[in-house]
Amino acid sequence: MPFSLLKYGLRSRHVPYGDIPKTPDLKRAYDVVIIGGGGHGLAAAYYLSNVHGITNVAVLEKGYLAGGNTARNTTTIRSNYMTPESVSFYKEGVKLYETMSQDLGFNIMFSQRGQLTLAHSEATLRSFHLRAEMGKYMGTKIEVVDVQTVRDLCPDLNLDIGGQHEILGGLWHADGATARHDAVAWGYAKHAAARGVEIHQRTEVLGFEKVGDRVTEIRTNRGTIAAGQVLQAVGGLNGQVAELAGFKLPIRCFPLQAMVTQPLKPFLNTLVSSANLHTYLVQSSRGEIVIGGGSDPYQLASTRSTLDQKEHLAEGALHLFPFLHKVKLLRQWAGITDMTPDYSPIMGASPLTNYWLDCGWGTWGFKATPVAGKRMAETIATGRVPDILKPFDMRRFDNFALLNEMGATAASH
Amino acid sequence: MKILTCPVNGPRNITEFQYLGPVRAADADIPDQLVESLFYAENPLGVLKEWWRHTPSNTILIAERHTVSDQIIATYLPNRKPA
Ligand SMILES: Cc1cc2nc3c(=O)[nH]c(=O)nc-3n(C[C@H](O)[C@H](O)[C@H](O)COP(=O)(O)OP(=O)(O)OC[C@H]3O[C@@H](n4cnc5c(N)ncnc54)[C@H](O)[C@@H]3O)c2cc1C
Repeated sequence: MPFSLLKYGLRSRHVPYGDIPKTPDLKRAYDVVIIGGGGHGLAAAYYLSNVHGITNVAVLEKGYLAGGNTARNTTTIRSNYMTPESVSFYKEGVKLYETMSQDLGFNIMFSQRGQLTLAHSEATLRSFHLRAEMGKYMGTKIEVVDVQTVRDLCPDLNLDIGGQHEILGGLWHADGATARHDAVAWGYAKHAAARGVEIHQRTEVLGFEKVGDRVTEIRTNRGTIAAGQVLQAVGGLNGQVAELAGFKLPIRCFPLQAMVTQPLKPFLNTLVSSANLHTYLVQSSRGEIVIGGGSDPYQLASTRSTLDQKEHLAEGALHLFPFLHKVKLLRQWAGITDMTPDYSPIMGASPLTNYWLDCGWGTWGFKATPVAGKRMAETIATGRVPDILKPFDMRRFDNFALLNEMGATAASH
Repeated sequence: MKILTCPVNGPRNITEFQYLGPVRAADADIPDQLVESLFYAENPLGVLKEWWRHTPSNTILIAERHTVSDQIIATYLPNRKPA
């Protein structure tokens, strides 16, 4: 990549080009139709076309490419989860991110600076020990650290909070990282399109025709198409699209909010997260401080922001870094997240035979974009769900085999 | 500030309330419906009937709220659904 950049910089007459082709007319039929042009749908399209040689693929996106939660997340990439099933899955995700810029020839600005989660109570510290031991057992870089190490890792952090927010230590996840979310989606889209995958923006799925337990046709605002296999990856609207397909998902919609400050000189080299304060911060490569936290307290399927949540995030940020008190906010927003009862995604089979699910990503799916795309493409290409995805089967709810990750996801994405 | 009306205490800041989730159609006492009642809660794009608690007075109430506009349409005590 550096050489192509150099060549680009030295060339005097550069002809601009679009990475993603214009939306063509819909064909009559496709081998695979992917519903949802977010990071997950595009990653699956990339792996189907570039790895499995399946190129008669259409990605249907009701809005603009990756304009859903992929464009709204706070870009935390990590694998410090609680259950062995999750840790091994997310670990593969982090690994794919490490080489993604090279693999795609597209700069995703991946920056592996480590994530520091703060413990404000003995109980939190105990749960951190559990996560660290599980992580070590599964081969991730993770350890419990004392206050002195917290100070060394993040010198500008206010350690003098006291009271119920006193900092007793932390969970240090050296593999934790951040990347540019748009670039991840665009990189996948560009390479999928280059192999012939059709990317249809402004194309909304409105309904399905079925014969027995197979989807035969998909109705959209631009016409009806036939599909051999279907992948559903529609972010916050997964519950609703599944209902169009005739089944129910264990999903409820909650808004998740975030905000960004004006750019500052670099001072925050790690991703910092506090479960007590329900706040996490990361400094972007542009110098902005990205601030995120927990979900809204009640169900809602709208991307409105609230003053309460933003004040709450600001309060948490000021506890940790009081010198931010005069810094201005540049942008703030919300996304609709598709939450499952056990804070884990749903991947694999659906009640329909040719209809696959990649949903329930809630507040934590950006980090999984490459691994979910890779493994879902493998599932569709081979018709077999790989072992790494089996624990995430939707039927786990019928079998009471839940994968509870609540403690590992709260306020730390 | 968003206002929710407690049927006992009148209009109050919504921060005084705790959300307890949707009123579920499936019944946990019927074995066939247990899984549905536990995990497959209501999630419409539209009016949702849901449980709330006014924390200071421990009043449990039902609210009907639109999940897209966030408009609260009615609140009432569980045993006193208005006609
Ligand atoms: C504020 C916020 C912060 C977050 N922070 C993090 C984080 O730090 N780390 C992390 O790992 N995760 C985070 N997440 C979660 C993460 O963003 C999502 O889980 C992830 O982006 C999901 O990707 P996706 O491709 O499945 O969905 P999306 O990116 O939402 O894409 C789905 C697409 O489907 C389209 N669609 C919907 N309905 C239809 C239809 N009927 N027909 C056609 N298209 C349709 C939508 O328009 C959308 O573009 C955060 C989320 C939010 C909202």
